[in-house]
Amino acid sequence: MLKLLVFLPLMGSILSGLFPKFLGKKGVIWVPTLFSFLSLFFSVILLAQAIGGEAYITHLCYWIKSEALTVSWSLRLDVLSAVMLFVVMLVSSLVHLYSIGYMDHDEHKARFFSYLSLFTFAMLMLVTSNNFLQLFFGWEGVGLCSYLLIGFWFKKQSANAAAIKAFIVNRVGDLGLILGICVIYKLTGSLDFNVVFDKTSSFLESNIHFFNLSIPYIELACFLLFIGAMGKSAQIGLHTWLADAMEGPTPVSALIHAATMVTAGVFLVARCSPLFEYAPIALNFVILVGAATSIFAACIAITQNDIKKIIAYSTCSQLGYMFFACGVSAYSAGMFHLMTHAFFKALLFLGAGSVIHALSDEQDIRKMGGLAKALPYTCAAMWIGSLALAGLPPFAGFFSKDIILEAAWGHHSTFGYIAFYLGLIAAFLTAFYSWKILFMVFHGKPRTDISSAHESPLYILIPLFILSIGAIISGWVGYSMVDTHHDFWLGSILILDSHQALVNAHHAPLLVKLSPIIVAVLGIYFAWLFYIRKVHLPKIYSEKYSKLYEISRNKFWFDEIYDFILTRQLKNIGNVFWTLGDIRIIDRFGPNGIAHLCSLVASKIKSFQSGYVYHYAFTMFFGLIILFSWQFLIYFGWL
Amino acid sequence: MSSWPILSLMIFIPLFGAFFISLVDGEEKTVFKNTKMVALWTSLVVFILSLFLWLNFPQSTGFHFLEEVKLFSAIGISYRLGLDGISLLFVVLSAFLVPVCILASWKSIKVRVKEYMILFLLLETLMIGTFCALDLLLFYIFFEALLIPMFLIIGIWGGPRRIYAAFKFFLYTLAGSVLFLIAIILMGYTSGTFDIRELLVYQFDYQLQLLLWPALFASFAVKTPMWPFHTWLPDAHVEAPTAGSVILAGVLLKVGGYGFIRFSIPMLPEASDYYAPLVFTLGVIAIIYASLVALMQKDMKKLIAYSSVAHMGYVTIGLFTFKQEGIDGAIIQMLSHGLVSAALFLCIGVLYDRMHTRMISDYGGIVSNMPKFALIFMVFTLASVGLPGTSGFVGEVLVLIAAYKVNGYLAFTTGIGMILGAAYMLWLYKRVVFGKLININLKNITDLDKREYVIFIPIIVGVFWLGIYPESFVIEFRDSVTNLVNHLNTRLAN
Repeated sequence: MLKLLVFLPLMGSILSGLFPKFLGKKGVIWVPTLFSFLSLFFSVILLAQAIGGEAYITHLCYWIKSEALTVSWSLRLDVLSAVMLFVVMLVSSLVHLYSIGYMDHDEHKARFFSYLSLFTFAMLMLVTSNNFLQLFFGWEGVGLCSYLLIGFWFKKQSANAAAIKAFIVNRVGDLGLILGICVIYKLTGSLDFNVVFDKTSSFLESNIHFFNLSIPYIELACFLLFIGAMGKSAQIGLHTWLADAMEGPTPVSALIHAATMVTAGVFLVARCSPLFEYAPIALNFVILVGAATSIFAACIAITQNDIKKIIAYSTCSQLGYMFFACGVSAYSAGMFHLMTHAFFKALLFLGAGSVIHALSDEQDIRKMGGLAKALPYTCAAMWIGSLALAGLPPFAGFFSKDIILEAAWGHHSTFGYIAFYLGLIAAFLTAFYSWKILFMVFHGKPRTDISSAHESPLYILIPLFILSIGAIISGWVGYSMVDTHHDFWLGSILILDSHQALVNAHHAPLLVKLSPIIVAVLGIYFAWLFYIRKVHLPKIYSEKYSKLYEISRNKFWFDEIYDFILTRQLKNIGNVFWTLGDIRIIDRFGPNGIAHLCSLVASKIKSFQSGYVYHYAFTMFFGLIILFSWQFLIYFGWL
Repeated sequence: MSSWPILSLMIFIPLFGAFFISLVDGEEKTVFKNTKMVALWTSLVVFILSLFLWLNFPQSTGFHFLEEVKLFSAIGISYRLGLDGISLLFVVLSAFLVPVCILASWKSIKVRVKEYMILFLLLETLMIGTFCALDLLLFYIFFEALLIPMFLIIGIWGGPRRIYAAFKFFLYTLAGSVLFLIAIILMGYTSGTFDIRELLVYQFDYQLQLLLWPALFASFAVKTPMWPFHTWLPDAHVEAPTAGSVILAGVLLKVGGYGFIRFSIPMLPEASDYYAPLVFTLGVIAIIYASLVALMQKDMKKLIAYSSVAHMGYVTIGLFTFKQEGIDGAIIQMLSHGLVSAALFLCIGVLYDRMHTRMISDYGGIVSNMPKFALIFMVFTLASVGLPGTSGFVGEVLVLIAAYKVNGYLAFTTGIGMILGAAYMLWLYKRVVFGKLININLKNITDLDKREYVIFIPIIVGVFWLGIYPESFVIEFRDSVTNLVNHLNTRLAN
């Protein structure tokens, strides 16, 4: 069943991608969609089985065998992968359904559905992999599909640029990941998860010497793996691609850039918990990066005006939460948030897509307003999504965000407290920008003519409805994931006994428990004040703190700095190597130089062959003199 | 069956075909048609024979399908042929690419078709001979003779600067070979034999090795090509006709790598160990330098040529790690590059046949008119980038793993090539295929025809096969490589 689950989307992709004529106009849409619903059905069964204690590995065939390196194509089912399977398949199926409505007018539907299914397949390979290399296969595979889907509208220059940027920034992370894999292979002689995790204790003592520092190898390995996770999950420094990725169609943003692919980094850290648990420095780095991203992205989100970009930065920020949860050894809290986030963020994106669809591709929230009447269902869905995102009870985000913040507090360390406070501020900002969207889009007075706005078709509303239910109930349904009394994960996540953050979280003081709700309510209040009550306030404040405002609006100038330091310099260097290195040095002194030298020497020597007898006679005479004098010298013993 | 001199057959059938072609006579049209048919069928027969070899290849180390005819017994030179697991796949690759090339030139070559096809068949003879030769001098003859048809193909059917390119190509390679010849004579003289099998176990004096190694290196490094001996490659590729580029990238560059595996490393292990840091340095420079230069190219063929330099950097690094993973990876990388770069040149050829320009800026938006071509080009672009699941990945990752075993920094700098590779290839793809169709001349560009499908589909199958289940290739050379690694370890332990 696992095989079917994983390979059905691939079949769907191949069928609609390569044989569109065979399937017909309806077939190219419905075949992949049906296949993915079938996979969803299997994933529910498998999830139930996995929670019931069933875990197995299906070996397909060998991939690479070279000395000790034996890597096979295999599918692994345990609770961790089953949860991911369910999340991926649910969002993916709904997005397939949604796309039927959303991409109705597009002429390249077959290609679109083929890419979506291919993405689903790659993601499934990623989460069911039983070794690091197959994980890398899925990892790059989802990156490829992300590239293809961001650049789906290939006539748009900006979409193409964004697609390449996404791929290359991800490749920077991937370099970290693959080097991490190399380190692990060198230490354990294997890349199978089971073997590597079993052998972890055997190389804790081995250190690598780096300048004057002596760092345990495991820290290096975890650090490198985390670089990979940072790239895929758009953490600070490698986050620049995510906002640009919004150039792709909105269903893609919901599936890839909110619910599934970007969470692969969190999944990787959770999967490698048996390694990270022994790498305290790397874990602290994870906390720091996660916390920094959560606040940093939230700061940018508040001043953006493109509805999709706000939600994109929000995703970035929420991923930061998941990471610092992992950093404080509350992997299950991170995974829990991953799941709830998948529901409400997919909901928000699909809702935003519905708005964009209704307004004929308008994405600027300054040009919206008062849409609640025209789009009642979408409005309700967006409210539910925002309530869940802001973390208000009893919506899903409340449970997962709360446990993360409590776990950060329960870590009882400097880093833990930093993460807790930064996370709180970020929670405030989250509520603020979420309601900024709601108020600017659905409430207040219309700022432009919205008379043509119409509610979306059923294909769009059904996924919204299902995800809304998920955003409401997934919190208390999934709460057992973080229950410390029984091990929900059945050993697929390892937490050392000395790492008690999650246990402490359940004993946090009342103020800690309540603070996320308080800041969320405050955030909503300020949003209401700014965008409903006193609409002139944003302008006043942005002028008063114009510098801060500029920093946030320009996203801390990350793109400009990268462009200046890296892109341009690399191009310059490339040019220098080419024109100076290849042409002026190697060619000039190499082949061309030698050829030139030859002809030079030849032209000199040529003059000897003048054809005049007296020239030849002179040369002969000269040669004889030299010969005779040489003989003389030898004869007299002077040589 | 084993009594059949199958290797000699494979070497001489193309010559026979070439002879037949020279007899073809009549009206120009029929001559062209018959010539092409004879060439195609001859090369297909050889390809089928090579598949037959592959299927019947014994799973044991050492050389098989041996043949020996004494030529100059006084100095121990013989016509010796044989295959081991490593050379087998190169023979298959060569035999595969020749029919592909002939098909690719079906329409684009319009003058002197007879001579062109004769040269290609001659090239096939020499390529297969190079990989089969078990006598040092015989190898040298094949190895050097390869230059001649290639020189003529570039020089006669090439682009506007073909004379310069052909001479540059010839001089570069010849300069390397002169040293190689001296080394061969010295090696034969010291050991008293030219038999490669005996030389593989012969122990040369350490000081002599240090001398011999650079001489061999000069020849193989030019062929590979390694930085800074690479500048002939972009020129040769740009000027060569499509099929010429395919053979150049697909097979001729592999001769350099093959030379390292067959001669430098096993015969001169101590010297190889001594010079390995030099090779690593040049390899890393090749990867980063060539990638950056590739980024800035305006001519598609030049870009792919520079990417070849970068990819061959992986090969040399992998070989000189002396690890099983590294050498396995290097061989897979060579096979993969043989398919992928050949296919990329074919893709450019498809565009060139239609538009007669190779400048990137003349294209853009062709996906609107050539969706099928765009898909195929995408597959090869990604294989060149080294996406897992395609052949490019397996080689790269094995080399990277072996490089990390040697040195962390080496792995890091090698890995940077992964990022740059993605940058130049995807940027190329974007500028050629995506965007709005602006150039008016492109409006009527047509998608692939049947002949072109027939060319591309087997290569695509190969790329995925090698990427998803490389085991069916690795199994042929695993034992030979293990043997080599053990040989190195015992020799280096002393």
